[in-house]
Amino acid sequence: MSYIKNYIDELNKNNRKALSIFLTAGFPNKTNFVDLAKSVLDSGADMIELGIPFSDPLADGPIIQATSKLALDAGVTSKDVLCYAEQISKHSNKPIVLMGYANPIKKYGIENFLRDATNAGVKGLIVPDVPLEEYDPFFHSEERQSLDKESPNNMSKEILHHAQGVIQNDRIDVILLTTPTSSEERIKQIDAKSSGFVYCVSITGTTGVKDSFDDSTAENLKRTYSLIKKNKMLIGFGISKPEDVKRFSPFCDGVIVGSRVMKSLLNKEERKETLKIIEQLSQACES
Amino acid sequence: MNNYNSPDSKGKFGIYGGKYVPETLIPALEQLEASYNQLKNDSEFLREYNQLQSEYNGRPTPLTFAKRLTDHFSKAKIYLKREDLCHTGAHKLNNALGQILIAKSLGKKRIIAETGAGQHGVATATVCAKFGLQCVVYMGEVDIERQKPNVFRMKLLGAEVRPVSSGSKTLKDATNEAIRDWVTNVNDTHYIIGSVVGPHPYPMIVRDFQSIIGIEAKEQILKAENRLPNHIVACVGGGSNAMGIFFPFINDESVNLIGVEAAGYGINTDKHCATLTLGEPGIFQGMNTYLLQDSNGQVSEVHSISAGLDYPGVGPEHSLLKDIKRVKYFSATDDEALKGINLLTKLEGILPALESAHAIAHLEKLLPETGNDEIVIVNVSGRGDKDLATIINSEILVSPSGVED
Repeated sequence: MSYIKNYIDELNKNNRKALSIFLTAGFPNKTNFVDLAKSVLDSGADMIELGIPFSDPLADGPIIQATSKLALDAGVTSKDVLCYAEQISKHSNKPIVLMGYANPIKKYGIENFLRDATNAGVKGLIVPDVPLEEYDPFFHSEERQSLDKESPNNMSKEILHHAQGVIQNDRIDVILLTTPTSSEERIKQIDAKSSGFVYCVSITGTTGVKDSFDDSTAENLKRTYSLIKKNKMLIGFGISKPEDVKRFSPFCDGVIVGSRVMKSLLNKEERKETLKIIEQLSQACES
Repeated sequence: MNNYNSPDSKGKFGIYGGKYVPETLIPALEQLEASYNQLKNDSEFLREYNQLQSEYNGRPTPLTFAKRLTDHFSKAKIYLKREDLCHTGAHKLNNALGQILIAKSLGKKRIIAETGAGQHGVATATVCAKFGLQCVVYMGEVDIERQKPNVFRMKLLGAEVRPVSSGSKTLKDATNEAIRDWVTNVNDTHYIIGSVVGPHPYPMIVRDFQSIIGIEAKEQILKAENRLPNHIVACVGGGSNAMGIFFPFINDESVNLIGVEAAGYGINTDKHCATLTLGEPGIFQGMNTYLLQDSNGQVSEVHSISAGLDYPGVGPEHSLLKDIKRVKYFSATDDEALKGINLLTKLEGILPALESAHAIAHLEKLLPETGNDEIVIVNVSGRGDKDLATIINSEILVSPSGVED
């Protein structure tokens, strides 16, 4: 059983939608980053999505492009990101999910990365440029296939134990994304291949802060939510205001907010308001 | 090699290629592939494409025997495949014409493209003007500065040129921005990729449209010499002109295929884009392919004097052809390319593009090893009018006698 799914389920049972806050790892500065992440969690975030900075973030809009570039300029590496994850996970049992483009993970070594991430307490992984058709080629390279042969049943790898009321295991959930362009059939396949939750992209577009959504957004969320059976469903891309959270809450199990928070951290004047923004979003997650 | 059959049904060239893109684009890629597979056997589509190629693009382009260049080396006979004579000045229109017909068939109203040297941007703006479609071209700020005539041409053709200021402000970044536009506007927009790069089916489609170069060259050399060439030389950035001339010869094992990458200031410096020479496989802009990257998997900022070759990746089919050793890849520096321009201009009266000049430059290395009974074809992928400012500013000055010692 997935740690993340259970965690979100517990929240939902208590009439709360999960609030996942995206942070570009190591931004705005390397030395205080772990403290920032801790205070984000203490301000009401239920989960943290740690973005591994990449030189060519195709799925990201200008804000996360800028924060990724600044993090890279400051020398943030994949190893640093895992190190942050480890420190944050010691502080809290709220799930940490990594969001990273394929190439830095491939370069690190996919097996090594999954192992080190697991050891760092990471619960889930999102790779936005590895869609359904590349899932097996990417995650099941020959090396990994031979490893899987040794323990063909994934469940056998899971060490289940109760800790603080939530079930934990040592398997990282791989979270795939659906978009408004995904067919019903694909959404079902994505649900089947994902674990923990499915990341429902609210719009056709890149990450960012969206001023308003048209009616088709809610329609698509409804459609997708009705098709997701195995996993929880979180929505993201464009979600920035408590009103957005309230509006879309009926059609999801939680929301992911990234660019709004990163925008606030990018602006030195606005930076001190960041935690307040998270508190307000968190309040909106209560029903 | 007589069984070459790539890509496979999943868009893989061996382990290379694939569709490493955000989910949003997958349905559009599937639709594009289905449409292309249907159209490529559709007689009306082929008739229209072939008619445009002959009546609008000016095909077939000549295969020119380069007599003085041949005399200069006194070794193999050198022929030039004259893509510089295509309408708009480079091979890029072969692909843009094919893709605009696909876009029309898909009912798309808006066209986007990336461009480095501006040749693909001009080709795309040209077909959009001809077919009355809206055109947006993404171009890095560095390239806008060094390829000003092409920027002006695109605007004159009615295209909107959007400057890209991220990253190295060159082709790679323009491509990122075009992909982001496509992710956002995929419902009404077709993305005309300019090279054999990006997610499947683009590397296949662009290769197929460019293969006319090799098909013609084969017919022409058989007519002129009654035999196949010994060597074919082409420059490689993303690699579309090279795939275009190589592909029809892949199963002709006697033909030595040579790709020439840009070595910038030299492959011992960090200012080059010799991807196949020095890169290693990585995932970038939708494909698994050789890539110039650092130890953390971040894509390197690369350099070439030629905007069209200034790219850290390469088409995935080239990655396979390198691994299976069907094509040999070399590199030429900025200075060598400039000398190549001088050589071809002085001896043949043909001003090649800076990109194509890398292929010309390789003759200095290749020709001494050839015999008088051998034949070399060089793909002159484009003309150099767009590069005059760069050439004038360069240190290589034009000596009156033409050729240096």
